[in-house]
Amino acid sequence: MSHHSKNILFTKKDILKGIHDSFKKLNPRDQIRNPVMFIVFIGAIMTSAIVSYESWLGHFSGFNLQIAIWLWVTVLFANFAEAIAEGKGKAQAESLKNVKSETMAKLWTGKTHVLISAAELNKGEVVLCEAGDVIPGDGEVVEGIASVDESAITGESAPVIRESGGDRSAVTAGTKVISDRIIIRITAAQGETYIDKLISMVEGANRQPTPNEIALSTLLIGLTAIFLLAVGSLKGLMSYSETQSNSVQSLATIPVLIALLVCLIPTTIGGLLSAIGISGMERLLKKNIIAKSGRAVEAAGDVDVLLLDKTGTITIGNRQASEFIPSSYSNADDVARAAFLASIKDETPEGRSIVKLAEIGHKIQNIELKNQAMTFIPFSAETRMSGLDLTEAGEVQYYRKGAPDSVTKWITNQGGQVHPIIKNAAEKIAKSGGTPLFVAHNNKVLGVIHLKDIVKAGIKERFLELRKMGIKTVMITGDNPITAAAIAAEAGVDDFLAEATPESKMNKIREEQRAGRMVAMVGDGTNDAPALAQADVGVAMNTGTQAAREAGNMVDLDSNPTKLIEVVETGKQLLMTRGALTTFSMANDVAKYFAILPALFTGIYIVNNIPALKSLDVMSLHSAQSAILSAVIFNALIIIVLIPLALKGVPYRSLSAKEILRRNLLIYGIGGIIVPFIGIKLIDLFIVGIGLI
Amino acid sequence: MQTEAIFYNVFFVIVLLSLGYPLGLFIARIFEGDIPKRVSFLKPVENLIYRVSGINPQTKFSAPTYFLHLLTFNLMGLVLLILILMGQGFLPLNPQSVSGLDFPLAFNTAVSFITNTNWQAYSGEVSLSYFSQMVGLTTQNFLSASTGLAVIMVVVNGLNQKSEKIIGNFWVDMVRMNLYLLLPLACILALILIGQGVIQNFSPYIKSLTLEGIEQVIPMGPAASQIAIKQLGTNGGGFFGVNSAHPFENPTPFSNFLQMLSILLIPVAQVFAFGKLVKNERQGFSIAAAMSVIFIVLLTFSLWSEFTTIPSWAGDIPLEGKELRFGTNESVLWSVVTTAASNGSVNAMHSSLSPLSGLVALFNMMTGEVVFGGVGSGLYGMFLYVILTVFVAGLMVGRTPEYLGKRIEAYEIKLAMIGILIPSALILIGAGVASVSDWALSSLSHQGPHGLSEILYAFTSTSGNNGSAFAGFNVNTPVINIVLGLCMFISRFIVIYAVIMISGSLVAKKYTPVTAGTFPTDSYLFSILLIGVVFIVGALTFFPALTLGPIAEHFLTIYGITF
Repeated sequence: MSHHSKNILFTKKDILKGIHDSFKKLNPRDQIRNPVMFIVFIGAIMTSAIVSYESWLGHFSGFNLQIAIWLWVTVLFANFAEAIAEGKGKAQAESLKNVKSETMAKLWTGKTHVLISAAELNKGEVVLCEAGDVIPGDGEVVEGIASVDESAITGESAPVIRESGGDRSAVTAGTKVISDRIIIRITAAQGETYIDKLISMVEGANRQPTPNEIALSTLLIGLTAIFLLAVGSLKGLMSYSETQSNSVQSLATIPVLIALLVCLIPTTIGGLLSAIGISGMERLLKKNIIAKSGRAVEAAGDVDVLLLDKTGTITIGNRQASEFIPSSYSNADDVARAAFLASIKDETPEGRSIVKLAEIGHKIQNIELKNQAMTFIPFSAETRMSGLDLTEAGEVQYYRKGAPDSVTKWITNQGGQVHPIIKNAAEKIAKSGGTPLFVAHNNKVLGVIHLKDIVKAGIKERFLELRKMGIKTVMITGDNPITAAAIAAEAGVDDFLAEATPESKMNKIREEQRAGRMVAMVGDGTNDAPALAQADVGVAMNTGTQAAREAGNMVDLDSNPTKLIEVVETGKQLLMTRGALTTFSMANDVAKYFAILPALFTGIYIVNNIPALKSLDVMSLHSAQSAILSAVIFNALIIIVLIPLALKGVPYRSLSAKEILRRNLLIYGIGGIIVPFIGIKLIDLFIVGIGLI
Repeated sequence: MQTEAIFYNVFFVIVLLSLGYPLGLFIARIFEGDIPKRVSFLKPVENLIYRVSGINPQTKFSAPTYFLHLLTFNLMGLVLLILILMGQGFLPLNPQSVSGLDFPLAFNTAVSFITNTNWQAYSGEVSLSYFSQMVGLTTQNFLSASTGLAVIMVVVNGLNQKSEKIIGNFWVDMVRMNLYLLLPLACILALILIGQGVIQNFSPYIKSLTLEGIEQVIPMGPAASQIAIKQLGTNGGGFFGVNSAHPFENPTPFSNFLQMLSILLIPVAQVFAFGKLVKNERQGFSIAAAMSVIFIVLLTFSLWSEFTTIPSWAGDIPLEGKELRFGTNESVLWSVVTTAASNGSVNAMHSSLSPLSGLVALFNMMTGEVVFGGVGSGLYGMFLYVILTVFVAGLMVGRTPEYLGKRIEAYEIKLAMIGILIPSALILIGAGVASVSDWALSSLSHQGPHGLSEILYAFTSTSGNNGSAFAGFNVNTPVINIVLGLCMFISRFIVIYAVIMISGSLVAKKYTPVTAGTFPTDSYLFSILLIGVVFIVGALTFFPALTLGPIAEHFLTIYGITF
């Protein structure tokens, strides 16, 4: 998927496509889905009809024509907002479709294979994939191991290992085998594969309005009904007032009343509502997360508890050496040197971290080892020890490092003993949540390596922000409670679940949910699937198993668990954008009333040639007609102006609810009252200046 | 004059709030079934009522059932009251031998009293017997007020209980509110009013000869017992036609003060009771603060308008139509009090208020009387605004909105919109149609924008279940009686329906614990927001209508044109 153009909201091509689609969306069947804009649509049709009828009668009104044009523009602008939001998703879907096209499959018969089109594959059939083949369907590796390039789906260029059995057996259609060969059992029928689902999600074909969107639409319909009544009743009230003041010509014509109605009903939020919803998913997509539904994105905003895996999310992948602790008969540099020698050929992450610490922390260099007889003893899960037998000055020196009990056993065999200082140091490390490793030289334990979890930089601050937002973080780890408590304290999480099993995870989620909280979690293994399904927001890693990916309601293509936090922020931003624009839309009405009503009432209760209600014209607009037109134009333009805000979302800050509200009220509430006064006045000056009125 | 007015009004508000708070705690205890000592001697009566009427106080109803019981009970009251009013000629306690009302007037009056509106298309001393006043109207004054309080109980249960299906027992709520709250308070107030000179007798009207030699008829009757509950229950239906402007109904400055106080007493107390009942008094304070601010702002605006806006009156403060015994301030204060609460009793002619003071009265009613409001109805009406406020604000903080731990979703919004929309619709459609219809225009006694205000006021007062009259608009015609009767009925029970059904939906929801991410509803910020929503929704809905009525009249008056 494309990683570029992250900062450009839309290109020229997007805009052209958007314009094209906004006209296509004039179909009444599309329009009626959005009741607020449907009223504008009907208003535009009625006004156009009136203009045509009037010209047919021979008294054409340029003013009414301009109202009609701007009403159509309002409809088109709202369509454009939706089209451009959808367009982004469609482009993404196109690139996924390319991946899918024209794949051939090698149907495996047990000994040989038959070449067929991938489209003919059925669920349950077995195929062979060799280096260079594109995997024809979603499936499970039943035999072999291979490295697979999944960049077509994930954007991640490093190949991943797929093998039979375990959590790495799932393969995805459209990805490519780059080495070795595997045999795959197809698990999804054509059209139901993962990539098909991604495409349909991205295209928004199954986009259902979310609960919150429905609630907001209800509010908007209610407001629209109120304004329909307010404007409808105005016809009667006006006619009474006109009779009372003997005015001859009424300004309260149907086009003007429609203009007033359109200005008052919440067209700003109504026109942008679906764009906001689509763009919420879109923003996640940019972060390479695919939400299976808008509902999931919305739920993310409500999350109270985050369940985070320790490894990879809170701490850097594996444990690392942090300190060499000497005994009374050695110093730290001795320990470092011995540990370094014993670990040179230890390719485990822990081993590499020991070498690195010795090099950086104790200036141990590789050079001294040249031209010496060496025998490496590699690390194995059985011995849990690695080492080096080095011939120095004609004598063989034995260097070992490893798990305390393994090293102790080895030392005992050499006739040595473990000094109490070493034992104490090891116990201390274990108590602090770390892992001790013994470093031995010949028959002595020189010292202890302190392996500990390294908490990711910046994660503590992140948790602090979350706490401010009222979100509780829970660390999930397989470690014992002591280790877990130590890391939890260091990382600043609120709570932890030690010695976690799939059952205990599940129970933790249920417990939180029973207390009324919404839970989000990240998972990748098959045994995470039930918990992912139970959680209100379950983000599955794309590298995870098929079961996990199906159980979650979001998939993270980058498989980066830290992104759960961003998911929550996106969800909140989505709701905030809706709330802010609703407030803005409502607040705008104040100025529109002050523009249109005085204009409408210029013909009644005239004293000394001045309409009594002229005093309400606080903006001193040029004329009744320019006032009405300016309000309509402002109402249309504000939709276009706010499209970027709808697509990007209101700026997000991790503040408490109280502070967020204060900010947003100030910007969108007070701002919403003031901005249209200025905007309408400027438009009035402009249209009078260029002679439209 | 104005300094005196300020002191008087400040004193009024202070007394009101300091009496309202303890009474709120008292009401909360009755609601919880923990009957306060002072009235607990009535407990045997409560039990006796249950036994006699076969009520099992342990039974709880679902929301729809609760509403059905409430509606049936009120409909039965309606039918009974219509029968009494139409048949009063054949009933006892009728020393003036008044005959029965015709159906449209009986319907209008009966609806008016069961809905706590107390719109009066009749004049009490001319049209009603003592039996109708006491057995018919006074009874309904109690029942309509306690119906409102029962709905508050439903709201509280909806918010307090978790994952439940049942919401309370209408009959228990009714019995307790009448027995422990309304009856004792009304008895005390009636006695004090009698002490001030309000009459209470069954004598026939007295005829006397005036100095000019003209015969004058002085009406009599059991006024005090009805007036006490008319104020306490925010009913507002006067015993006499001119309501509390009548010296037998409101004889002294003290009785005037006391009546204004008793109009707002329970509406204020119920807000504090609400906070206590939802176990966070600050929730009540934040709503009470919002209401107090709106009240003070509107009162100040109204007084400012009355005292200073009209240059053509050249410094003379207009006294036409005011309650001259108490002065302009007490007349204006009463007009704001009676429309803030859904009381509707008057001590002056609202038609004679300055245009913008009239606007304040109209605006109070248009927003649904949520500034303390009616007994029960004020708070449950405000509850609908609270839902809207919480929804919009909740979105702005990035969470699915929740109120007191209960999520506000599409269903709640739909019903809250219906509850706010329908009364507004009745006002707007009614006034819009009436302003071009002969049946309404022929009833007008003024022209120009003032005439429009008359029409607007009639529909607002009935659809808002207020009942105060602007005066000037002759409302006793068959068409108007039926139309306004329907307005009163629909808006009262639609709002109650919306509130009960919302509560029924909330009661079934689980509780979402409060976090730093929750939008706090017990803060000053919430009060400000609530004020904003009430003003914006009210203003946006009615601005065009108000502009053509009182606002146009205001500007014309400045130019010296009066109506």
